[in-house]
Amino acid sequence: MKKLFASREALLMIAIAVLLGVISLRFPAFVAPSNLLGVFNDTSPLILLAIGQMIVILTKCIDLSVAANLALTGMVVSLVNIAAPGLPIIAIVAIAICFGTLLGMFNGILVWKLAIPPIVVTLGTMTIFRGIIFLLTEGKWVNSHEMSDAFKAVPRADLIGLPVLSWIAIAAVILFSIVMTRTSLGRAFYAAGGNPQAATYAGINVGLTQFWAFAISGAIAGLTGYLWVSRFAVAYVDVAGGFELTVVAACVIGGVSIMGGIGSVPGALLGALFLGIIANALPVVNISPFWQMAISGGAIIIAVILNAQANRTQGRIILKRAEHAT
Amino acid sequence: MKRRTFTSLVAGLSIAAGMMGSTAMAQDNMRIALVVKALGIGFFEAAAEGAEEAAAELGGVEIIYTGPTDTTAEGQIEVINSLIAQRVDAIAISANDPDAVVPALKRAMDRGITVISWDSGVSEEGRQMHLNPSSTPLIGNTILKLAADHMPDGGDVAILSASATATNQNAWIAAAEEALPNYSGVNLVATVYGDDLSDKSYREAQGLMASHPNLKAIIAPTTVGILAACQAVTDSGKIGEINVTGLGLPSEMAGCVDSGATESFAIWNPIDLGYSATMIAHSLATGTAAGPGAEIPMGRMGSVTLDDTGTAAMADPFTYDSSNIDQFKSIF
Repeated sequence: MKKLFASREALLMIAIAVLLGVISLRFPAFVAPSNLLGVFNDTSPLILLAIGQMIVILTKCIDLSVAANLALTGMVVSLVNIAAPGLPIIAIVAIAICFGTLLGMFNGILVWKLAIPPIVVTLGTMTIFRGIIFLLTEGKWVNSHEMSDAFKAVPRADLIGLPVLSWIAIAAVILFSIVMTRTSLGRAFYAAGGNPQAATYAGINVGLTQFWAFAISGAIAGLTGYLWVSRFAVAYVDVAGGFELTVVAACVIGGVSIMGGIGSVPGALLGALFLGIIANALPVVNISPFWQMAISGGAIIIAVILNAQANRTQGRIILKRAEHAT
Repeated sequence: MKRRTFTSLVAGLSIAAGMMGSTAMAQDNMRIALVVKALGIGFFEAAAEGAEEAAAELGGVEIIYTGPTDTTAEGQIEVINSLIAQRVDAIAISANDPDAVVPALKRAMDRGITVISWDSGVSEEGRQMHLNPSSTPLIGNTILKLAADHMPDGGDVAILSASATATNQNAWIAAAEEALPNYSGVNLVATVYGDDLSDKSYREAQGLMASHPNLKAIIAPTTVGILAACQAVTDSGKIGEINVTGLGLPSEMAGCVDSGATESFAIWNPIDLGYSATMIAHSLATGTAAGPGAEIPMGRMGSVTLDDTGTAAMADPFTYDSSNIDQFKSIF
């Protein structure tokens, strides 16, 4: 099992290396270390959201409201920043995480207690969250000159050669790698999605586990919401419109099974990086915008086909000894 | 008998007085109604300010600034009906729907009320003329001129648009390309599309800077794009090297102008628009004929000539820079 995971991730790494090679033929400066760090930084929000989404998908759910949660939380912290410009940024970050968690818990409660299919729940809350932004602002934008300098400075502040935004993504990758592999909650996510019946017999509350998955996804989306609006220095209703699909695509490319139970943090990281590299490379390799869409879509399908092939090799040998006996 | 005569006399007198009063008022004070999409929108408040300016200049003109509380055609129809009942002399409307308000406006014209549309137009049969804030060729030329003005030695410019299929943006870009030969030394090196998404526009702007090292200006004829490009230029420390310009709103662009990433940008001036609409309404109400080819004066804004559809374009988009941004950023 472990070997299989390693090989799938190795496959993605090879794909990324090939991708970088092809891009460098057309635009050599792209593979300069400073530019690659820039690409990583630009992909950081996607990495964060992909980790949250992966946890939700592991439990056989899906969270389509991540981008709307990001936009709503971003708008809320922007409005808080306007109302109280002196508020320390640590408080803003805390508000963002708490608010995002609440929105995620709302999804989780509906899925857990009312047993509504997650795709329906989050499709609904996606629209509701965007609607709330409109109600809060009447469609007005919060612009860079209304945000305090400290508010805008955090994601791009330099810390040992990397922007804080990148460090947050790295920290999340490390933290959730540990949570997913070394804690009972992390293993419960796999169990709840991999085989809900067996998980129930093992004493895992599947609904509650799904609730926590949504809460974590919401917390990450909230934090990313602050990072997003402060990075682009603008907050409005359509911030990150359609981004939820990019996040799901990153997970799928990263080998997360949409049926639940299979996936890893490094996989989500690589899936996000793959899409991030394409998104950053297409503008510099000078390709028609219509081809850009086709290339992005094609890359997703190829990755999914590769994943499906990888899944197929996974034989279900239940009785190892019996097999050897024959 | 005597008493009844007295009452009827009083009644008759008061009616006469009332009628005389209203005729006298119509002669003394022309009442022009400025009907907007909805009340409480900064852009239209500014237009009303321009209308008042025109009224003061003309003298004897009273401006009725009105509109529904939300941007619906039904709300505007109610407003129009009440204006007909008040027997205003002219209605200048920015319509929420080009067709839905036509019957109400036709009724107004049947009653001898001058009807024009401005900003957001009404179908031809529902108004005497329509005033566009600007025209495609004027906008295309302006966005290019904004970039050229700040590059005396010429150089490379690139356009960051919305989506590749956006009709408005494509028309403006085509117009800018047509105007390109008039600006010697200015090379348009690329046109890229940010889909009106902050993150994609930001990335495209970064891509432009990476693939065109000699880039002097990024022109973004879209509010999302110009902000994202401004942020990308700021983050890469290229303020002063690369000028971000295009079409934006002063309230959104104030930060970019303050930081110096944007020298100047353009958008139609709502004050001028309200002023011109009022001037035209006044002119038509006092007897100037509207029709294809008609030339209508609009005070300090010069005059406009109507085309075949009774439409005219007011002027070049208005340019905003550090000298006037503080005045306008609170307006719209």
